[in-house]
Amino acid sequence: MSTEFLSGNEAVAYAAYRAGCRVAAAYPGTPSTEILETVARFKDAIDCEWAVNEKVAMEVVIGASIAGVRALTAMKHVGLNVAMDPLMTYTWIGAHGGLVVVSADDPGMHSSQNEQDNRNLARFARMALFEPADSQEAYDMTVAAFELSERSQAPVMVRLTTRTSHSAGLVDLGDDFRPLAVAPKPYRKDIRRNIPVPAFGRPMRQRVEERTAALRAEADASPLNRIEDGDRRLGIVTSGVAYTYVKEVFPDVSILKLGFTNPLPTALLRRFAGSVDRLVVVEELDPFLEEQIRAMGLAVVDVQTPLRLFELNPMRLLALRRELLGDVAAPAITPAPAGLPTRPPVLCAGCSHRGAFYVLHKLKATVTGDIGCYTLGAFAPLDAMDTTVCMGASIGNAFGMEKAGLGGRIAAVIGDSTFFHSGLTGLLDVVYNRGRITVVVLDNRITAMTGHQGNPGSGVTLMGESSEATDIATLARTLGVRRVCTVGAYDLAELERVLATELDAPEPSVVVVRGPCVIAERRRDVVPYAVDVATCVGCGACRKLGCPAIVRGDPVGADGRRFASVIDPELCSGCDLCRQVCRFNAIAKRS
Amino acid sequence: MERVLNVSLVGVGGQGILLISDVLAQAAARAGHDVKKSEIHGMAQRGGSVISQVRFGPRVFSPIIADGTTDVLVAFDRLEALRWRHLMAPGGQALINRHDVIPVSVTSGQQAAVEDLDGLVARFYPEAIMVPATELAQGLGQVRATNMVMAGALSHWTPFPPAVWLDALRARLPAKLVALNERAFAAGREAAAALGVRRATA
Ligand SMILES: Cc1ncc(C[n+]2csc(CCOP(=O)(O)OP(=O)(O)O)c2C)c(N)n1
Ligand code: SF4
Ligand code: SF4
Repeated sequence: MSTEFLSGNEAVAYAAYRAGCRVAAAYPGTPSTEILETVARFKDAIDCEWAVNEKVAMEVVIGASIAGVRALTAMKHVGLNVAMDPLMTYTWIGAHGGLVVVSADDPGMHSSQNEQDNRNLARFARMALFEPADSQEAYDMTVAAFELSERSQAPVMVRLTTRTSHSAGLVDLGDDFRPLAVAPKPYRKDIRRNIPVPAFGRPMRQRVEERTAALRAEADASPLNRIEDGDRRLGIVTSGVAYTYVKEVFPDVSILKLGFTNPLPTALLRRFAGSVDRLVVVEELDPFLEEQIRAMGLAVVDVQTPLRLFELNPMRLLALRRELLGDVAAPAITPAPAGLPTRPPVLCAGCSHRGAFYVLHKLKATVTGDIGCYTLGAFAPLDAMDTTVCMGASIGNAFGMEKAGLGGRIAAVIGDSTFFHSGLTGLLDVVYNRGRITVVVLDNRITAMTGHQGNPGSGVTLMGESSEATDIATLARTLGVRRVCTVGAYDLAELERVLATELDAPEPSVVVVRGPCVIAERRRDVVPYAVDVATCVGCGACRKLGCPAIVRGDPVGADGRRFASVIDPELCSGCDLCRQVCRFNAIAKRS
Repeated sequence: MERVLNVSLVGVGGQGILLISDVLAQAAARAGHDVKKSEIHGMAQRGGSVISQVRFGPRVFSPIIADGTTDVLVAFDRLEALRWRHLMAPGGQALINRHDVIPVSVTSGQQAAVEDLDGLVARFYPEAIMVPATELAQGLGQVRATNMVMAGALSHWTPFPPAVWLDALRARLPAKLVALNERAFAAGREAAAALGVRRATA
């Protein structure tokens, strides 16, 4: 028996290998990213790629499934919004090779812009839905998901959450950890099956409803759903990681542990509800199970303890136990002292995004932003972003503001990975419809925020092969933008000259700001900068850059309101920006 | 071991907390325990608060440690030790690295520094074991080995022998880093020997 200590994400990748998956495609997004990074360890068996976005990832794995092999895609919850269009129709066409869609939701919004519960999307799309509670289940359920998908033709969603994705536990990989012998299904051209024009689509629609009924019967009998008998005065229905908190806090009561949650196992639920005095549902985020259980006509206790928003944890369930059973005392907790300074995320010292924001702030532009490390340009002291909606939205948002007659200088700021993901179509729209906004592409040649994955500008694939590094300026010209220029990220005067000109130009323009991510680049030959204490007048101009290496030092002058700057040589990456903003020449390379 | 033991490891990004918690979890597994580890990854940038939790025992369900039930807090920074005070069980132990990473919010002048850090630590952790881990690691010529110095100190508490830690450490680290980290572990173990770390009790 081989046992490994794996995170939920790693366990999914190991399961894909075990289940004979042949193709995997994904776009990075916390907390899902490590799934494909781990699949890449098995690249001899699984063809894997960083797709340009989630929709393309979905289309690639659907193509593989149509061709008859097992395929997997993984994405963060909001990524599935992008991929919904192909998915909604493929669930009707039906999987040929088994298709597994991993959705990593983020209760508590540890690293996301919203807290949507994608179980709703599984139900909406008529997929089967599995909700693992830990790494072992992530492994077992992903293997089972491939099998079920291939047998039933339903794509199967495996829903992880930040906690299941990033927690690790012991996983029994069985006696013989190698790919199961699954032969690809033969591909046969069949337009009735694969082209859902209305005449072919209507029978598909009916088949999906029949399939859902069959899956419901299967869920009722599935070993992934089980009753753990206990004190029957209280029965708790639970799923996903919430089960582990229930086991900690309610070890004594009857539990219906659900792992296969769509279609809902209604017969099993009736049986369980009939065996207990009071029924309570404990699930993370939306009342997905609870509303369906109530719609079955079963009585569910109206719980007063707030459990709906944000991540569940044992503390919240202890409060629930106090409400329901009243047999536990509130734990003795010494709170942390109040008013401790926080450690909010900031752009790294020497980040290539900093200069553009510094200049945009100075130029008093209205800036629609986007999603990536550079979203941090929104915060003081850079304070250079007005909006962020979703990946790629900056360009359409800026154009909409222009159409609304906002006036003044309007810029959309977008990272390279985000531009490839969904900025291209927005830019084309601006060109086609005669907009005049300026699009600033912060091109650090990498997808930094999610941990430095490759993208079409990086020139290297997840398989480790070199590939064409797409040039953004050329692309913009091809889309029909006539005013395109490329500027180095660390030349403030040039950035200001170019941005001021382009923001005032009467037609659309693209400014590509180029400079590699300093964290990904890991240069060893950095010469840090230093402030000459004798020259520094304490004006604080350099601190307006928001560089974490520049520290407020001792007071300068008699009024006690001005402070010298000090540069932390450990943090400084020698980017030169602070030297450029110091009017007193107090900053230079350390000699 | 009858019950599940709870270890919370806290500090700042870049201090190697994810690595030490991984080694601890693997060591507990080697010693025959069920084990779960939970951490929240921040974003790509440096400098945020980091927390990792390791639970081991006969059977572990929740990956999260409930507030007020941490048996041992391993803090790499005094401010972070204070920030996570609510995790401690009554009578729990705290091993605190005698070291401060001043937050950017303070160095930039946007937020006020803690006025009397020594006093606060003494008040909130009257029995804490202060380990000069960063200092010892610097002495070994590699600040980044601070995490293994703390591991050495923690090894007095864990209910399995140091050899199990070292096996897990060798299995987890690239070969060229093993010798340095073994020295750091030994230094931490030796330094903490006189500090009165209590052994875990079932
Ligand atoms: C639809 C969607 N997919 C994925 C993500 C996760 N995500 C947030 S930022 C980001 C990458 C940004 O990369 P880039 O635009 O190159 O900016 P950088 O972080 O390098 O500055 C990703 C993948 C998301 N928020 N939404
Ligand atoms: S990780 Fe790279 S892109 Fe992100 S803030 Fe740091 S330097 Fe900038
Ligand atoms: S050169 Fe100045 S702005 Fe650049 S990283 Fe160093 S201290 Fe920060």
